[in-house]
Amino acid sequence: MIRFEGIRKAFGVREILRGVDLEVRRGRVLALVGPNAAGKTTLIKSLLGLTRIDQGVISLDGAPVDARGAYRARIGYMPQIADFPENLTGAHLLDMLTAIRRSTGPLDDELLEAFDLAPHLGQRFRVLSGGTRQRLNAVMAFRFRPDVLILDEPTAGLDPVGSGILKDKIRRARNEGATVMITSHILSELEELADDVAFLLDGTVRYAGGLPELKRRTHQSTLERAIAHLMLAEVAA
Amino acid sequence: MSVSMRLLGYVLHDVARSRWILATAAFFLLATDALLRFGTGGAASVLAIGSLVLLVVPLVSILFGTIYLHHAREFTALLLAHPVTRRQLFVAQIAGMALPMTLAIMTGIALPFAVHGLPQGATPASLGTVLGLAGALAFVFLALAAMVAVWFEDRVTGLATAVGLWLLFTVIHDGAVLLVILMFSDYPLEPAVLGLMVANPVDLARVLLLVQFDASALMGYTGAVLQRTLTGSSGTLLAIGALTAWVAAPSLWAWQLFRRKDL
Repeated sequence: MIRFEGIRKAFGVREILRGVDLEVRRGRVLALVGPNAAGKTTLIKSLLGLTRIDQGVISLDGAPVDARGAYRARIGYMPQIADFPENLTGAHLLDMLTAIRRSTGPLDDELLEAFDLAPHLGQRFRVLSGGTRQRLNAVMAFRFRPDVLILDEPTAGLDPVGSGILKDKIRRARNEGATVMITSHILSELEELADDVAFLLDGTVRYAGGLPELKRRTHQSTLERAIAHLMLAEVAA
Repeated sequence: MSVSMRLLGYVLHDVARSRWILATAAFFLLATDALLRFGTGGAASVLAIGSLVLLVVPLVSILFGTIYLHHAREFTALLLAHPVTRRQLFVAQIAGMALPMTLAIMTGIALPFAVHGLPQGATPASLGTVLGLAGALAFVFLALAAMVAVWFEDRVTGLATAVGLWLLFTVIHDGAVLLVILMFSDYPLEPAVLGLMVANPVDLARVLLLVQFDASALMGYTGAVLQRTLTGSSGTLLAIGALTAWVAAPSLWAWQLFRRKDL
């Protein structure tokens, strides 16, 4: 379980997170939604230690995350933009990550095969297309069988086939017990995957709970309409 | 093998294939070869290479370092999402840039000497000094590059700052020293000029070079004053100590920025 308690973060005078409290339960998929600049990516990056929070505590199964970062061995992360050193090959990168993680267990190369990436592994990143890089990015997030998955706009840059393969994989990982946090601007896509929804606006959580409850509470039939309802309610308030 | 060493391995692998490193090696190879073939010969050709080192090594190092680190920013963040500490990655990146760069410069200079032999009148020690200074300057300016790259998010601003620092240390500083000396020529200036020299790694390298070659007149105004003040081993030791501080200070500063940075 991931728990955020009272997370605050400002970049200069801009307050991005103003006291975020949120729980992501084990074995669930939480969709983190909200308009641009609501603080979704900042929240995700603070869990990974990439953003240094000003205040608050983030814990993983009750243990606060620390700067040494050993806890990150449990996390698979897919950033929005995948940018790799241009002179390395995919094979080199995968080997390096395996070595860094001292991963000895069996690797999960399901995505590698499903995406048919083997022919590209020997090529330098400089010559790979954006789509291929994004597929490798996905492979890296799942390869070490993490029990926590953090996916920031995972299907951006993938074609419909790739996107379908990835969504199936996310669902399978969840069914095997992984805890998943996912953001996307395509709400219909999140609807397929999400068990829970957290709606972030102006740096605070305005709604957190199950997807069915959200729909019931807002009397809407889809996630997209439910979120639109919440946003309009905010404007009216 | 430790995580740092593995990270260093990949940075080396990436940097060694960078066009910058190849171009730097080729440049020094061609320049040194040309000077040995067509130069006046003797100690003067080694000194000429030394002057080239003072000008080119800082420029190439600070530009390469800034561009490389800016370019690697997304990947830096990606690596730090794995169980890697910032310290491990920082050390690997600095060493991974500095080692190939130093090696490229030194090989480029040393290879033509190996082919043509040392010119008459030049000592192995003088060539060693040039190579050592080239390595030291590469480290100093890569450390400065790390500082610039961590400080400035924007690539263009970072690059402009890098070029500005190079101009400051290679051109502007010496001009300012000259101005100070002209304006205050009635006063004893040696201590002040000594202070100004320590404030500039390129000047420090220049002094070490001229002490070796006994050629103050060729080496700019600070050099000329300092040779009068500090011939002998105390001056050399001071310069080496100050140059070491010039590697340490920007590296530590860059590290302090990097450990707190939001990636």
